[in-house]
Amino acid sequence: MTMRRISEFLIGLVFGVGLLLSGMTDPGKVIGFLDIGGLWDPSLAFVMGGAVVISFFAFRIARGWPASLYGRVIMLTDGKAIDLRLVLGSALFGIGWGLSGFCPGPALVSLGAGEWKAFVFVAAMGIGMALEAYLERRSQT
Amino acid sequence: MSIDFVHFSPFSAIFGGALIGLAAALFILAHGRIMGVSGILGGLVRPLKGDWGWRTRFLAGLIAAPLLARLAGFMPEARIDSSLIVLVIAGLLVGFGTSLGSGCTSGHGVCGIARLSPRSITATLIFMAFGIATVWAMRVIGWGP
Repeated sequence: MTMRRISEFLIGLVFGVGLLLSGMTDPGKVIGFLDIGGLWDPSLAFVMGGAVVISFFAFRIARGWPASLYGRVIMLTDGKAIDLRLVLGSALFGIGWGLSGFCPGPALVSLGAGEWKAFVFVAAMGIGMALEAYLERRSQT
Repeated sequence: MSIDFVHFSPFSAIFGGALIGLAAALFILAHGRIMGVSGILGGLVRPLKGDWGWRTRFLAGLIAAPLLARLAGFMPEARIDSSLIVLVIAGLLVGFGTSLGSGCTSGHGVCGIARLSPRSITATLIFMAFGIATVWAMRVIGWGP
């Protein structure tokens, strides 16, 4: 039980160190990656490549398991069809990502590094999430 | 297009990416969850009973990573050139968009593509395209990052 909790923390730590090493926590580098029409830094394509190749096998293995190592349900059911929510949400996210060079994971790591600008971004991100959740709840009632 | 060889870092990128993949692999195999940061964080915004412990522990590890990096003597630079108002607008868009689209770079971009999910592949193509278009537009109108 305790080991399970520690491992949740440690996996977050491994992920954060990976983000730091990869260059994803440097918004200047992220914007350089998205700037394919200018001076393009292709590094982050290698990040995605490395991450996808490793996790691909894990998802393959997990598909055949009845439960996770800690006995939890393996949540691999894919959601609904490709709808307006997915398209619009991803587009808005892309604009915010391009504007700042921050996406959620690296922004939290930068917050941990004590970057006050990351704090501003994360606070705004939390408000954006809460606002969407609120509107969603309201539209359901 | 020209390549920025000054900042190009394929080896640290692959190594860092492999660690990200390892974390995603451990998360699904040990805990049965998709390692998507916006989803994990979003679950704290709309909490269900007994559902916030694992989320907080994972996010705490993520936030603690720079501490470990500093202890190990490596801490890469972060160029955050955006003004305050741009950061606020971008943060609102990222928060609202990832919540509406059910995922971000980690959930859709890494885990979703690794699972060959059509939804996630679509989402990734869209946020990449809009990210590229936004950076392009900012350069064209001369409104730097």
